[in-house]
Amino acid sequence: MLKFILRRVLETIPVLLCVAAMTFFMCRLAPGGPFDEDKQVTAEVRELLNKQFNLDQPLHKQFIQYITHLPTLQSFKYPNRTVGEIISQKFPVSAKLGFFAMCIALGLGILFGVIASLRPNTYIDYIPSSLAMIGICLPTFVMGPLLMLVFSLKLGWFPATGWGGFSGDQFFASDMVLPSVTLGFFYAAYISRLTRGGMLDILTQDYIRTAKAKGASGLRVIVKHSLRGGLLPVISFMGPAVAGLIAGSFVIETIFAIPGLGQDFVKSAFNRDYTLVLGVVMFYATLIILLNLIVDILQVTLNPKLKFD
Amino acid sequence: MTNRILTGGALGLLVGVLAGCGPGNKPVDQGTPNKVLNITVGTEPEDIDPHVVTGVPEHHIIVALTEGLVAEDPVDLHPVPGTAERWEASDDGTVYTFHLRGNAKWTNGDPVTADDFVQSFKRILTPALASKYSYMLFVMKGAEDYSLGKLKDFSEVGVKAIDERTLEITLNSPTPYFLSLINHYTWFPVHIATVAKHDGLTRRGSGWTKPENFVSNGAFKLKSWKLGRKIVVEKNPDYWDAATTKLDEIHFYPIELETTQENAFRGGQLHNIYNLHIDKIATYKKEHPDELRIKPHLASYFYRFNVTKKPCDDVRVRKALAMALDRGSITKNVTKGEQMPALFYTPPGVAGYTARARIEENVEKARQLLAEAGYPDGKGFPSLELLYNTTEGHRIIAEAIQQMWKKNLNIDITLQNQEWKVYLDRQREMDYQISRAGWTGDYPDPNTFLDMWTSWSQQNQTGWARDDYDALIRKAAVTQDPEARLELFQQAEEILMDEVPILPIYIYTRVYALNPAVKNWHANVLDHHPWKHLDLEVKADE
Repeated sequence: MLKFILRRVLETIPVLLCVAAMTFFMCRLAPGGPFDEDKQVTAEVRELLNKQFNLDQPLHKQFIQYITHLPTLQSFKYPNRTVGEIISQKFPVSAKLGFFAMCIALGLGILFGVIASLRPNTYIDYIPSSLAMIGICLPTFVMGPLLMLVFSLKLGWFPATGWGGFSGDQFFASDMVLPSVTLGFFYAAYISRLTRGGMLDILTQDYIRTAKAKGASGLRVIVKHSLRGGLLPVISFMGPAVAGLIAGSFVIETIFAIPGLGQDFVKSAFNRDYTLVLGVVMFYATLIILLNLIVDILQVTLNPKLKFD
Repeated sequence: MTNRILTGGALGLLVGVLAGCGPGNKPVDQGTPNKVLNITVGTEPEDIDPHVVTGVPEHHIIVALTEGLVAEDPVDLHPVPGTAERWEASDDGTVYTFHLRGNAKWTNGDPVTADDFVQSFKRILTPALASKYSYMLFVMKGAEDYSLGKLKDFSEVGVKAIDERTLEITLNSPTPYFLSLINHYTWFPVHIATVAKHDGLTRRGSGWTKPENFVSNGAFKLKSWKLGRKIVVEKNPDYWDAATTKLDEIHFYPIELETTQENAFRGGQLHNIYNLHIDKIATYKKEHPDELRIKPHLASYFYRFNVTKKPCDDVRVRKALAMALDRGSITKNVTKGEQMPALFYTPPGVAGYTARARIEENVEKARQLLAEAGYPDGKGFPSLELLYNTTEGHRIIAEAIQQMWKKNLNIDITLQNQEWKVYLDRQREMDYQISRAGWTGDYPDPNTFLDMWTSWSQQNQTGWARDDYDALIRKAAVTQDPEARLELFQQAEEILMDEVPILPIYIYTRVYALNPAVKNWHANVLDHHPWKHLDLEVKADE
């Protein structure tokens, strides 16, 4: 297993380099630059700015400087902050949002999926399955404001926006509920469909009949015998899902005014914030590669048919 | 068994929901009696270094923290004593002498001296800093040359500390709006020793503006700045006019999305909505008229014509396009925010100036002009593309105009939206035919609207240049008599509206909402609300 991990880690280096090069050069090819504003600066000031931000250097030199000093480079848009500072302040917020959402998604998704699979094509199946369809069909930018309208504006249970309470520092605050539910519900829907499918496959297997025949209780059959196999599709989905949960929360972060990194992922490109774009992209690329590796390891551990090679 | 799982699931859900419900902890309800204002000014500020930033959100935060030589009256913004307790101008209006008050202090206890201003002006004009907004100081003698590196010796620039508390500023020419101009944050002082300590004299991002380092001289001081969450400023007890300051704290939240601002306002988290979404205006008019504010703004919405490209190189075409619009219908049915249909460019009533030039809305004449230009009834009209940056609001205006031109002139134009930076780039490179634009005045004077159409202005971007126009603006800059000066602007705007390198559409309004508990908030065209005068009042019946 160690060899497997080592090989995978080594493989990531060229991948990351490719991602860095593509991001860097694509950014530079895009029209417009970090200093374009609706009040145009003079050519002299533009030249001086280019000098201050090292944009007057040859591109390859800039590229080398960028990849060797990435975390300490200053953002173009927020010159008061370095790339590392922005990521380290904002990623924990996105990660926490993603984590809560994942808990909701797994909890609800697996529960509904298992329930649906136990009595296929009955009302016990139809109700959770149609809930899941609604979850998949309702985009987060509809679901979010809808929940906000009902639970914060009408009922007043949760704050409409924010993160971490009034001070912004609380480990858990009521303002985290709605965004986590919005984000989690969407993924819960997928997970319940996957669980239902996986479970239906397993429940018809011979060894389940054997388990039932030898007198194992219903719960034991589900938890001990079926779930391990039934959740395999969910596990493979988890890699991209986790990555999506922490990176793709741009919509949620914008709707609920959450200070997460998902917003910078999108906005830094609009701002032509060359350093921050590269920083965020590299950060997420590393993260996704890492998550995929973990999922691969998990799959081999759970599925005796697979081996590390 | 299934039932057991179902019950368990339902219970789990219920517990989860209940655990999330805390007591109603609304920042506005708590803030109002405690004099804590919760407000959004739109986006996250790029920085709060007054010599580096250019934006409006930054302005709102910087003016809470820092004070220039003069301050603004909260009602009509006329200059009132700030760090300078009094000042006098020479008879020819080119030399101003400011007398600084003895009790003006930095938040670290240092007195604010005349030399602080000299060094601050020097910093913003230093070429290596590359300040985008340094041109605001170019009315000062030698400032432009110093910023371009043509003048090396700063002592030749028109600013001098006569003694610790006397500052003398020499201008290129009498500048009637000078006292309003120096209320712009580019003229604000910074604590040079602090900036120098963090090696920030000639570069951005030195970290001197972080809360632990920041030193300022305004009515409030920086308490905390959490990236993307909020900036908190608190009352500065050592400020010379601390007796006037009513609020204890202001919390600035960066909330960009208008609908989110509105939800936060409705949910009792904010005292204001910075921009009210267009779809909500009618609802607020009906249901919350005490919260809704619609006020004229010193800003103009217009289209640029590229006069170097066909067909807009022909003044008859430009005129025909400008005449064949029904601006009243656009503001009434499309923008809906009580904007003023603009038949001229400069927002009216600025420093006593209302343009007398008018674009005539006349479809018959427009058709005739188009025929004279060689396109009778729109026949043979070349392809024409309207460029705008991708925003819903711009799109619906562009579509309305597209329809009006089709109906009135029988010409087809195509609309092209581009992402913001691409749009700016194409405009700068003059790679467009018609391009959407807007301009917000930097100070309340027609000069800020009219000098941008001179041949040397970076903001022109139309390819249009006229010697007589340039001459009028140049002459206005050195004319001391206020009436004669405004007359020169009148003539300039007449040329502009006769040549129409730009097509004015409407004068902006600011459409926003404010909690009625906020007091001393006076509407004005610059949308400036000096924070030290603001107050929060609990309603009597509560």
